[in-house]
Amino acid sequence: MAVCVAVIAKENYPLYIRSIPTENELKFHYMVHTSLDVVDEKISAMGKALVDQRELYLGLLYPTEDYKVYGYVTNSKVKFVMVVDSSNTALRDNEIRSMFRKLHNSYTDVMCNPFYNPGDRIQSRAFDSMVTSMMIQVC
Amino acid sequence: MEAAAGGGCGSGPPLLLSEGEQQCYSELFARCAGAAGGGPGSGPPEAARAVPGAVTAAAGPVADLFRASQLPAETLHQITELCGAKRVGYFGPTQFYIALKLIAAAQSGLPVRIESLKCELPLPRFMMSKTDADTRFGNPAELHGAKVQIPYLITEKNTFKRMDDEDKQQETQSPTMSPLASPPSSPPHYQRVPLSHGYSKLRSSTEQMHPAPYEARQPLVQPEGPSSGAAGAKPPRHQASLIRSFSVEREPHDNNSNYPDEPWRITEEQREYYVNQFRSLQPDPSSFISGSVAKNFFTKSKLSIPELSYIWELSDADCDGALTLPEFCAAFHLIVARKNGYPLPEGLPPTLQPEYLQAAFPKPKRECTLFDSYSESMPANQQPRDLNRMEKLSIKDMADFPVPAQDVTSDDKQEQNKTRLEQNKIRLALKSTADEALPKDMSEDPATSKDSNSLKARPRSRSYSSTSIEEAMKRGEDPPTPPPRPQKTHSRASSLDLNKVFQPSVPATKSGLLPPPPALPPRPCPSQSEQASEAEIHPQLNRAPSQAADSSPTKKDIPYSQPPSKPIRRKFRPENPAPENQEPSSTVGGPASAATGKPHTAVQKQSSKQKKAIQTAIRKNKEANAVLARLNSELQQQLKEVHQERIALENQLEQLRPVTVL
Repeated sequence: MAVCVAVIAKENYPLYIRSIPTENELKFHYMVHTSLDVVDEKISAMGKALVDQRELYLGLLYPTEDYKVYGYVTNSKVKFVMVVDSSNTALRDNEIRSMFRKLHNSYTDVMCNPFYNPGDRIQSRAFDSMVTSMMIQVC
Repeated sequence: MEAAAGGGCGSGPPLLLSEGEQQCYSELFARCAGAAGGGPGSGPPEAARAVPGAVTAAAGPVADLFRASQLPAETLHQITELCGAKRVGYFGPTQFYIALKLIAAAQSGLPVRIESLKCELPLPRFMMSKTDADTRFGNPAELHGAKVQIPYLITEKNTFKRMDDEDKQQETQSPTMSPLASPPSSPPHYQRVPLSHGYSKLRSSTEQMHPAPYEARQPLVQPEGPSSGAAGAKPPRHQASLIRSFSVEREPHDNNSNYPDEPWRITEEQREYYVNQFRSLQPDPSSFISGSVAKNFFTKSKLSIPELSYIWELSDADCDGALTLPEFCAAFHLIVARKNGYPLPEGLPPTLQPEYLQAAFPKPKRECTLFDSYSESMPANQQPRDLNRMEKLSIKDMADFPVPAQDVTSDDKQEQNKTRLEQNKIRLALKSTADEALPKDMSEDPATSKDSNSLKARPRSRSYSSTSIEEAMKRGEDPPTPPPRPQKTHSRASSLDLNKVFQPSVPATKSGLLPPPPALPPRPCPSQSEQASEAEIHPQLNRAPSQAADSSPTKKDIPYSQPPSKPIRRKFRPENPAPENQEPSSTVGGPASAATGKPHTAVQKQSSKQKKAIQTAIRKNKEANAVLARLNSELQQQLKEVHQERIALENQLEQLRPVTVL
């Protein structure tokens, strides 16, 4: 149901970015890039509270005409950004949260792999398959 | 025999056979023809009628042979049609060869076409059935062993090597790992050439870098990744061959032969090898290997990091960053398979699932339980082992710590406490060495969640270590029992600290001898005078009043023993360094013993013994003190190091925390 899924490292470079194959995938990359500013803004807004109290799920970052962008930050400042088609009627917040939770779980599984160096691009097949399951297929 | 030569019917397509293929085909043809000749009535009349003088293969044995190739009937029909046998009505050499080649093509997954003949193909494989003992088709290797294979291997040195290994392998064990091992008869030549070259390189490289562990593997595992199309046809054949030709021990596995993934089945021997490797990394088979340890180990296999990462992903079923024994075996097996050219599976094969592995190999599990009980019952034995392992962490001093001459039990406890301290220190230090697994294994319940293990263990261990240090120190203080109090001496005398008294006694004795106290009788006086002189000499006023107090009662005693004191005093002179305890004041110095008379000799002897005992005890105490002081200093150093590490860790944690200041 997501159109584009991205995992961005603490230093704001992408660890993993994947979108459904369309003619102009680059616009998704731009959207993700611009969403990083919004993420930082949200983090800073909550920043005065204790880290533990800060919620991981950031919610809707910004809506555009066609798409909505949701964000999620882990405690290690790794950001998950998801672009969802607006026409997809009423994806509820809970569903988005569950999708992010799945992403987070898969990400921790990737981290558990001792052959994975933090900061590398994510090439895990399990992660790929999980993301695929989340993404819609454009007919 | 070229196609031209055998081309009695020239309409057959041109057939190019390699040397090996020629030999194989000719042999098969000869068998079929021989069978035909043997069974005169078996062949159809047409065959007998056919071209006189030309050797033909009877349809019966040929059909058997074709069926032995395990191809579907439809394919066989196609083949017979294509090869022209149906057209001409018999199986001449040409037709036979064409048919064989087509069978090979079909087995390799290529379509049954004439064009396929132009490719160089592996030799066709045929399954032999026990009933057809007479008509021995197929698998000449298994019939003739190395003899038949040798002519095939003229072109391929690599395959020759492989053949030797395969022969040994057939002798030693049942090769379930390699599907090609079971019908090794016709080692495919062409397709294997690039792979076998790679394999030989692999072998040499693996031998270079890893002689011990991987060499054992090579005879076990035979190459190579067959073309994917053939993979499907092979497993059923393997199952049949397995059932047929291998030892009884394979039979229980027939029940599990539902799994069509023979390459992923671990044999007993492989399993033992994996378990040994596991034990070399982690002595407790029921515990796990940490990720970093496993990473170092598997990196030695020289596979690429993405591949290793994928193998880990497959084998670490619970994704906890550590490998239990079945997970480790699965990972090792996958690495072995990959090194020998098998493509990695998309998912973990069922035979490599941890539950399956644990169920299929109960013996190692039993060993695991044995080890568990062993480890539980004999923690002390492990600790010395841990000591050995920890030597490389520059804690050798602790291991070589001289045992003070004290109670044995206390020494053991001290050692245990020291080792525990080392383990705790290592845990705290977060060093990624194999030793880290040991403390985890040693102290923590492996059943607890592994993620919390590392976190919980550290604070727990810290408190534990502190108590153990204290206990050690306490125990260190206890063993040197205080010197036996002189019971026969005056009560107030016992309050004197004999240590302090002995040291100044030497100068005191001399000084004491010199001034005979004017006020008191000469002989017995020296004790009093000594006391008095001591009181004068020694600025320690604390003792002075006590001594003065002591001297007063002794003064009374002394006059009574005056006469005999002289000779006794001389006797006691050499005993100056040996204090006496009979009187508190007399115990002060050797000459003080002069105050005692003959009735005191027995007491004096006892007191001398006591003095000796005291002195030995003092010596022991001093040694113990030195030892403990050294221990203390070393522990202090380690404490400093641990503190530094802790500070470093806290810094890292601080850096990782999200910045809240804005």
